[in-house]
Amino acid sequence: MREEQLVIKMNTDFFILLKPELSLTFIIFILLIIKVSDGMNKNSSIIHLANFLLLINFLLGFIGNATGTLFSDMYHTNGLIALEKNILNFGTLIISLQAYEWLKNHKHVIEFYILMLTTLLGMFFMVSSGNFLMFFLGLELASIPLAAIVNFDLEKIKSSEAAVKMILSSAFASCIMLFGISLVYGTTGTLNFAELPALITNNPLQILALIFVFTGFAFKLSAVPFHLWTADVYEGAPVPVTAYLSVISKAAMVFVFISILNPLFENVPTVWYNMLFLTIVLTITIGNLFAIRQNNIKRFLAFSSISQVGFILLGISSGNTMGVSASVYFLIVYIFSNLGAFGVIALVAAQTEKENISNFKGFYKNNKTLSWIITIALFSLAGIPPTSGFFGKMFLVTAGASKGNYVLIIIAVLNMVVSLYYYLRVVKAIFVDENETPIEKIESNLYSKIALYICMAGVIFTGFASVLYDYINSLMQ
Amino acid sequence: MTNLSILVIFPLLTTLAILFCRNVTQIKWTALIGSLLQLTIASLLMYSYYGERSAGNTAQMLFEARYSWYSAMNIEYYVGVDGISVIMIMLTAFVVTCGILISWKIETLTKEFFFLLLLLSVGAYGFFISLDLFTMFFFLELAVIPKFLLIAIWGSGKKEYSAMKLALMLMGGSALVLIGLLATYFNTDIGGGVHTWDLLKIAHQQIPYETQLFIFPFLFIGFGVFTALFPFHTWVPDGHSSAPTAASMFLAGISMKLGGYGCLRVATYLMPEAAQHYSWIIVLLATIAIIYGAFATLMQKDLKYINAYSSVSHCGFILLGIGMLTKTALIGAVMQMVSHGLMTALFFGAIGMIYERTHTRQIKELGGLLKTIPFLSSVFIIAGLCSLGLPGFSGFVSEMVVFVGAWQQPDAFHRIATILAAASIVVTAVYILRAAGSAIMGPIKNEHFNHLKDATWNEKMASVLLIFAILSIGLAPFWLINIISPDTQIIMENIARGAIGN
Repeated sequence: MREEQLVIKMNTDFFILLKPELSLTFIIFILLIIKVSDGMNKNSSIIHLANFLLLINFLLGFIGNATGTLFSDMYHTNGLIALEKNILNFGTLIISLQAYEWLKNHKHVIEFYILMLTTLLGMFFMVSSGNFLMFFLGLELASIPLAAIVNFDLEKIKSSEAAVKMILSSAFASCIMLFGISLVYGTTGTLNFAELPALITNNPLQILALIFVFTGFAFKLSAVPFHLWTADVYEGAPVPVTAYLSVISKAAMVFVFISILNPLFENVPTVWYNMLFLTIVLTITIGNLFAIRQNNIKRFLAFSSISQVGFILLGISSGNTMGVSASVYFLIVYIFSNLGAFGVIALVAAQTEKENISNFKGFYKNNKTLSWIITIALFSLAGIPPTSGFFGKMFLVTAGASKGNYVLIIIAVLNMVVSLYYYLRVVKAIFVDENETPIEKIESNLYSKIALYICMAGVIFTGFASVLYDYINSLMQ
Repeated sequence: MTNLSILVIFPLLTTLAILFCRNVTQIKWTALIGSLLQLTIASLLMYSYYGERSAGNTAQMLFEARYSWYSAMNIEYYVGVDGISVIMIMLTAFVVTCGILISWKIETLTKEFFFLLLLLSVGAYGFFISLDLFTMFFFLELAVIPKFLLIAIWGSGKKEYSAMKLALMLMGGSALVLIGLLATYFNTDIGGGVHTWDLLKIAHQQIPYETQLFIFPFLFIGFGVFTALFPFHTWVPDGHSSAPTAASMFLAGISMKLGGYGCLRVATYLMPEAAQHYSWIIVLLATIAIIYGAFATLMQKDLKYINAYSSVSHCGFILLGIGMLTKTALIGAVMQMVSHGLMTALFFGAIGMIYERTHTRQIKELGGLLKTIPFLSSVFIIAGLCSLGLPGFSGFVSEMVVFVGAWQQPDAFHRIATILAAASIVVTAVYILRAAGSAIMGPIKNEHFNHLKDATWNEKMASVLLIFAILSIGLAPFWLINIISPDTQIIMENIARGAIGN
């Protein structure tokens, strides 16, 4: 019986539905073959090839997307999921472009790409999963190679320290989640997401199980109080990897959050909302308070991204389609703005090894364009118009307000003011503060320039033009 | 001149043009020509507005245009003007033009300076023409952050502290506004559970009394922060005194009016019953601001601080007018917005021009300027006289109208507030005359003052423009009253309806 099903599913459906995963696997194999055959050993040509393949992969994501399930409901996909995967593709492409400066002298370029794309593959399976088993498989595939690329500044101790911290805490989170999943299976007898929501009741054991699952999620999202690994890992990892961690892996987790946890808690809305309420308040507030005190710019962005996650959860907490489209929209905006900031930081770090906010004092003197780019990116993160960050934050807050819980909204909105303080502190350092030895003129290569300009275009135009939001909204219907 | 979007698009194009300029001269001329054209556009708008009204067009808003923006949340780009907005647009055009004229000598980072200044004006124009609350909020926030950069980069004194304080307090204000707007949005229903951001539609919704009582404080305090509502006025003295001249002009002349306009158009108009319920608090706070501002000014020794604190006091009259909730008082509030905008811009302009020459703003170090720079000194004195409410200038008419309107409230509480507010004018006279007396008149205190050069063409042009506007309101106030009177009537009708509905 099962074999029969498999055979039926292995027709053309298989290739169409699995297209994003297959095309990624294809790229991984090409790179692997090159590595094994030792054919290409010039760094720049490998990076050119990888960027080209990633571009093709991204463009492929626009065409021929279908809706359907595979592997006896283990895997499912639809228009929204295809879009989500392509958002991840896009972010990875931008990060790859930005990594050029750092990778061009690195000894293990191919390995970097293989590991990074493997985690991306894991995320794809996670986003598409229709079953807890598939989800867990994807999750592990996405986290273990990630720890390896965190360690990619091979000669730096901090980098290894970060990798160890990451692998240990993520293993711990997986354990807790796995325990939760086993309790879910024990109380319901199924792991299928389509069947689960109806079987969940107010049974304390089930609630406990769901809390464990939620904890695992919160760990990966670095929501407070499960955020402690974030800052150290961000600080130790190479800048492009930090960017990847803070943007791609977070975005993937949010997508799963939307498509799995939201329906899972449908029958226990009060528990779910209270849990989210507490997490949101803590995440936004503590993320902000810690961000104020940071001097390392990567740690600073780590904490600011924690508070951004709080806002995303605020949108999701509404539990309606408005919240989902606002979250997906915000993630796109977040990718543009965060990668805009990280792009500049990556360039500076690769050429001067400087990563402190105080090093950025007087940055405007020699680097006018880069200063404006990072400023606009930070404004977008702070939610200042006319950047698209304003619209993203507005929609999240609006979605959150649809529940009518104004205590939450007041806390969130006042936190936006607090966050403005630390973003402005960086802007002030760049434009106003005196510095006897400001950073010299940074030469940016073509790839970084393209990446930064794409980010800027995204930050400026995705807000004014409502096309993107309307598109996401139409996928929801 | 029926397409209002030009008011936003044109300054935006000017800012873009500035980005492509090659040298300082090009930048300055682009900015100036852009702002002069903008002044022309604004005047044409007022002219055609007059034409429509005298042709008997009694629609509440004229020249409306409406495009769907984010349709899922019913967000629209919806613009239209009534008399109040037309006047505020004129004010903006005047102040921006004069600000650019006065900043002619800016040397550091010229391109960035004019870019940010014009970006601010985009925010102000957009705010005044928006009839969609979301769009309005968008423009309100747009007009905050450029100020931070303007003060932090080109400012003087403890500029970083002031810039941060200003940005955070104003953003805090707009955060409160945001909460109020969201609560308003979710309490509207235009059929089938669909919410709306449309200002005019919301005005005709019957929002429950308790909900109004919840929303109104957020909206009013939020906008109130912009217009120096006591005790949220503390950004005003620091912000104004640290800002470069043009930015102070903009801040006091336009930015504080965004708040007043919001208090009137959004808070009071949309929540009429709550406005009545809370009006005594507004009157109380406004009176405190007026008196506190006046006495605090007495203690100041720095010219810019004097004008900043007196702005707190003068903006108190705006809020007093709104809090009194009579038609005349509302007219007075709007007139005070315009009058204070022009007068304070002129004052800050004069102080800036004097500072540029003498390099000091301390009263005791100045003296005898009338002998060496007569033109600038006269400008300073005119601004001062307008500020203390000398008949013939705009300050007198607008404060007078506020007082007359306030007196229409017959009970003792309002009467006492009115008397106290009126008494503050005496204090105003003291500090203005003292400042003018020792800084402008008297013996020349410093040798170096003998070699000062009087106003250049651009400074003269800016001063004359502003004085022209001040006089045209002061000598012929009826044209202004005629424009705004029908619109305050509509706001009053909403309030009266709320009173009956209770």
